[in-house]
Amino acid sequence: MSQGVVGIYSYQDSVLSAVEKLKEAGYRNMRVFSPFPDHEIEAAVDLPESPVRFFTLFGGLLGATCGIGFTVLTSSSWPIAVSAKPIVSILPYMVIVFELTVLFGALSTFLGLIINSLIRDRTPVRLYDERFSDDKFGVAVICEKEKLGAVEAILNSTGAEEIKFDEA
Amino acid sequence: MSQTQQTPLTYARITEDVVRMVDKPSKKWWALFLPTVALVGLGATCFFYQVATGLGVAGYRHPVFWGVYITDFVFWVGIAHSGTLISAILYLFRARFRMSIYRIAEAMTVFAVLTAGLFPIIHLGRPWNFLWLIPYPNSRELWINFKSPLVWDVFAVSTYLTVSSLFFVIGMIPDIAAIRDKVKEVPRKIIYSVLSFGWKGSNREWLHYTRAYLYFAALATPLVLSVHSVVSWDFAMGNVPGWHTTIFPPYFVAGAIFSGLAMVITLTIPIRKIFHLEDYITLDNYDGMAKLIILTSCIVGYAYAAEFFMAWYSGSPYEWGQFVYRATGEYALFYWTMVICNCVVPISLWWEKVRKNIKALFVISILINIGMWFERFNIIVISLSRDFEPGAWGIYKISFVEAGITIGSFAWFFMFFLLFVKTLPAVSIAEMKEILPVPKKGG
Repeated sequence: MSQGVVGIYSYQDSVLSAVEKLKEAGYRNMRVFSPFPDHEIEAAVDLPESPVRFFTLFGGLLGATCGIGFTVLTSSSWPIAVSAKPIVSILPYMVIVFELTVLFGALSTFLGLIINSLIRDRTPVRLYDERFSDDKFGVAVICEKEKLGAVEAILNSTGAEEIKFDEA
Repeated sequence: MSQTQQTPLTYARITEDVVRMVDKPSKKWWALFLPTVALVGLGATCFFYQVATGLGVAGYRHPVFWGVYITDFVFWVGIAHSGTLISAILYLFRARFRMSIYRIAEAMTVFAVLTAGLFPIIHLGRPWNFLWLIPYPNSRELWINFKSPLVWDVFAVSTYLTVSSLFFVIGMIPDIAAIRDKVKEVPRKIIYSVLSFGWKGSNREWLHYTRAYLYFAALATPLVLSVHSVVSWDFAMGNVPGWHTTIFPPYFVAGAIFSGLAMVITLTIPIRKIFHLEDYITLDNYDGMAKLIILTSCIVGYAYAAEFFMAWYSGSPYEWGQFVYRATGEYALFYWTMVICNCVVPISLWWEKVRKNIKALFVISILINIGMWFERFNIIVISLSRDFEPGAWGIYKISFVEAGITIGSFAWFFMFFLLFVKTLPAVSIAEMKEILPVPKKGG
């Protein structure tokens, strides 16, 4: 059964060295907490690129398709000439197509954010500490119960100020 | 020269300062909030009086049937533009001066679109029929006319409201989580927990978050340019002298950003003072905004001149007559107020001393907003009051109902804004922390 341990840090360079040592020791299932998005931490942990971009892309493409379908099909279903333009006039419809591309793209980006951060990469609540949103950094590792001691030693050696265990 | 960091900012201080802002409202806050509610009441009363009596109580007289309500609509959509400019376009350009003000600008965007959205409905004689603009087939299965600029407007403005609200909400998630972790009272803790979507600030959350934010900015940037272009097509697609011109989209977008930046300055100056945010919203931030105002003022000034030139160069007596009338006719006072406020007053911003003088900026920003309101009025009303046929010319006067609703709309906007600064993080906690030097043990 896997359990977690989290070390609380004040300094970013200590966090970076903890991440490096944990990676060397083969621990991949970790969470690094920070009060703001830190590029150095992102580079140190080195995760694969976020899949949110596919949500944006497919949302946008779906929006464009809906925009074209919506305008062309509705005007063809009852052909009535208005504004001295052809029944299906691509240029004016582009406005609708553009707006729906952005709308669907934005909505699916939001969905992608929620699905990826809250569902797919959910962080166990017990590993969280309220100071992480204020001024502390945290390194949490999820591993088998037998390895907790080894992880604790790495966290201690890199200057963790406090260590907490997930008691579940 | 930067005037920041007399008392150095730290991560803990940033959280503390922002959490203090969402604390119990002070007497000063109530003194500002209650009058806005009363004025919203005034606007609502005028609106219901108009619904009960008919559109005759608005100043509409032949040939002017687009008046103050459409002016207000265009004005508020314009105000909404700088929020997304500051949060999306300046984000893509990595302009640092946006960090402390972008949340306020985004809130302004959302509330300004909410205000703007009321006006097309207020402008209708039978406001309950606004549903007809929503794309669904009528009883004869005929769909709405997608070739009409008014339908484009519905799509553009509602997309803009949705996207800017989402952008606003996403931007606040980490900051609301920081407030959630600080507040002690149970009901507030529950509310902030729900609004923070369970945010924990882990590296994986930040990875998805920063990417989503980037894509949002990339989507919002062309959107913001499209929205005021579409609004300008409401006019430019019509064959009315003074409207029917291809310069309108860039002219409207520049004007929108110009007025929106001025509104950000008008709003942030009192907030900075009341909440003692001098270390956050610095004079350098104002300097950056003032420089953008200079740029957009020049574009707007150029557009005024280009309109005149094209009216003369086109050889159309109707176009030329319209522009001569604007500058010398019954509405000349409005025209010259616009020129002075939008082209002459901003010249003072070329001096750094003025750009960093808070009192001067406050006055200039208000003058710009007055000028921009008149710009919209001039474009809409003067063009309609004198078109092709001299026999059909007429003068439009603003009625007390229209004035009441306009005042009510300003109060409506400020009411939402005051609620926002008291309940949500008005300064971005995470982004302010991002620009501080990272704490390192090794120095």
